[in-house]
Amino acid sequence: MTLAAEPLIEWEWVVSHQGEILMRLGEHLTLTAIAVGIGLLVSLPLGVACFRVKKLYPPVTWVTGLLYTVPSLALFAFLVPYTGLTTLTAEIGLVSYTLLILIRNIVEGLGSVPAETKEAARGMGLSRRQILWKVELPLALPVILAGIRIATVTTIGLVTVTALIGKGGLGYFILQGLRRFFSTSIFVGALLSVAVAMGADGLLLLVQRFFTPWSRRRMTG
Amino acid sequence: MIVLDSVSKNFPGASHFAVRDLSLEVHEGEMVALVGPSGCGKTTTLKMINRLIEPTSGSIFMDGRNILKNDPVQLRRGIGYVIQSVGLLPHKTIRQNIATVPRLLGWDRSKIDARVQELMEMLSLDGELLSRFPAELSGGQRQRVGVARALAVDPPVMLMDEPFGAVDPIVRARLQDQFLELQQTLRKTIIFVTHDIDEAIKMSDRIAILNKGGVLERYDTPEAVLREPGSEFVAMFVGEERGLKRLALIKVADIELEAGPVVSSSDAVEEALAKMAAADSDWASVLEKDQLKGWVESSALIGHSLVSEVTPVPFAARVTPTSSLREALDSIVTSRTRVAVVTSQDGRYLGTLTAGKISKEIAG
Repeated sequence: MTLAAEPLIEWEWVVSHQGEILMRLGEHLTLTAIAVGIGLLVSLPLGVACFRVKKLYPPVTWVTGLLYTVPSLALFAFLVPYTGLTTLTAEIGLVSYTLLILIRNIVEGLGSVPAETKEAARGMGLSRRQILWKVELPLALPVILAGIRIATVTTIGLVTVTALIGKGGLGYFILQGLRRFFSTSIFVGALLSVAVAMGADGLLLLVQRFFTPWSRRRMTG
Repeated sequence: MIVLDSVSKNFPGASHFAVRDLSLEVHEGEMVALVGPSGCGKTTTLKMINRLIEPTSGSIFMDGRNILKNDPVQLRRGIGYVIQSVGLLPHKTIRQNIATVPRLLGWDRSKIDARVQELMEMLSLDGELLSRFPAELSGGQRQRVGVARALAVDPPVMLMDEPFGAVDPIVRARLQDQFLELQQTLRKTIIFVTHDIDEAIKMSDRIAILNKGGVLERYDTPEAVLREPGSEFVAMFVGEERGLKRLALIKVADIELEAGPVVSSSDAVEEALAKMAAADSDWASVLEKDQLKGWVESSALIGHSLVSEVTPVPFAARVTPTSSLREALDSIVTSRTRVAVVTSQDGRYLGTLTAGKISKEIAG
């Protein structure tokens, strides 16, 4: 076997495997979307609660921080005996990594809303719930969306690790390439993963601009 | 009518009262200024009226009902609240900002749109601004949008916290004038907070001067407060030049005018000179019928036979009955004749004012 003569990417392989590549790409996106979606559903009430009851924030940060620092491999190894080689195992891991970033950005975002604005809203007769949904969350949106962007990009990278428990989307190609010393597979997995991360980041930036038009239109002169 | 009955506020953990035993009555259609040094509890007092701050003790009545016994959210929707321009919702367009309370009250779209248009016109705001965000407006425009928003559901009561504070002096004076004009027709019951005593004197029907700890030192018309401060604190707070400030509040129509030296353009010179001598004056106003044409010096008439042969010198400044005594005094000190000549809007001669006469009025 003459390894050195082998090209880094064999395009015939890519072409002949495009069906599988697309399937894994779809899996990658699905795993990411579910993780960030559930992460957001968990973080939103927790973030709002931490913002309102300041005492809650340190313990929540401590727990989510701890989850964040556990090596992903170790977390999966720990979960497999209980939840098996399933999507659930993958998502538990992925979701727990989003929490620290999302909760922190939700709390900071809510904290960045000027007190005068909230008081003006209260003075006009908005109820507490209306102030949360109509004033605080919309104004916190740029910071929250920035958190979602970081969480998404991080999750896209992490999804590749779940290949080890039989999931992994594009991570499957990386793992397969490593096992077989097949560089084409590694490159396809890695490059597409990076491309997805960059694409998602760009897309979310557009979403942010769309939903927060007030933050970029400023008075000129 | 708004009545504060021995209202006190002691913030938790504070060693002193923010407001102590404050009783105040504000009549319907009256504009009352709350003034005082920082820490006098004026903003706290204002916020207790829409219950952004809950009083520690005492009661507050609005039209006879104790507001402390009703739902604060409903109460606030019925009170216009104006604060400095930062109070606009930055993520909402001007249209959405103005429509905030109508939407909370569930008005239908067409009614809201019509009201928004009406308010924009009322405050001379360009309709083009409606789709903009607050950050895209000038300070003065934002301030007016704040007033428009507070007026949206036409509440009988308005609370305003430093409503003209965040703009430069020229814009502020213009906003004040515009608001006074608006208030002439709207006749809202208004309580507003300001740290600027001159703003309070200019804008309010009555001034409530608070001392540290929310103690009411004086509650009276601006004119009465300036004429007789009553205490050293109030005198110090209203500041220097009390006499001059009062002049701005008294209208020319409020005092008796002097006849002044007058000749008719149809008079013969001899007759005119006799009139001047009788008035002990070396000049006289020249009238054609009852219209003021200007003035002549006695020396200019000599050598002529009729007053009409001499072109009268126009007065540099005239005042009308609606002018303030301050404007009249300005006219006196800048005029060569040392008097202010008063005419009606259509130029009819009414009389003159001298510095001595004004001084007598001020000194009482």
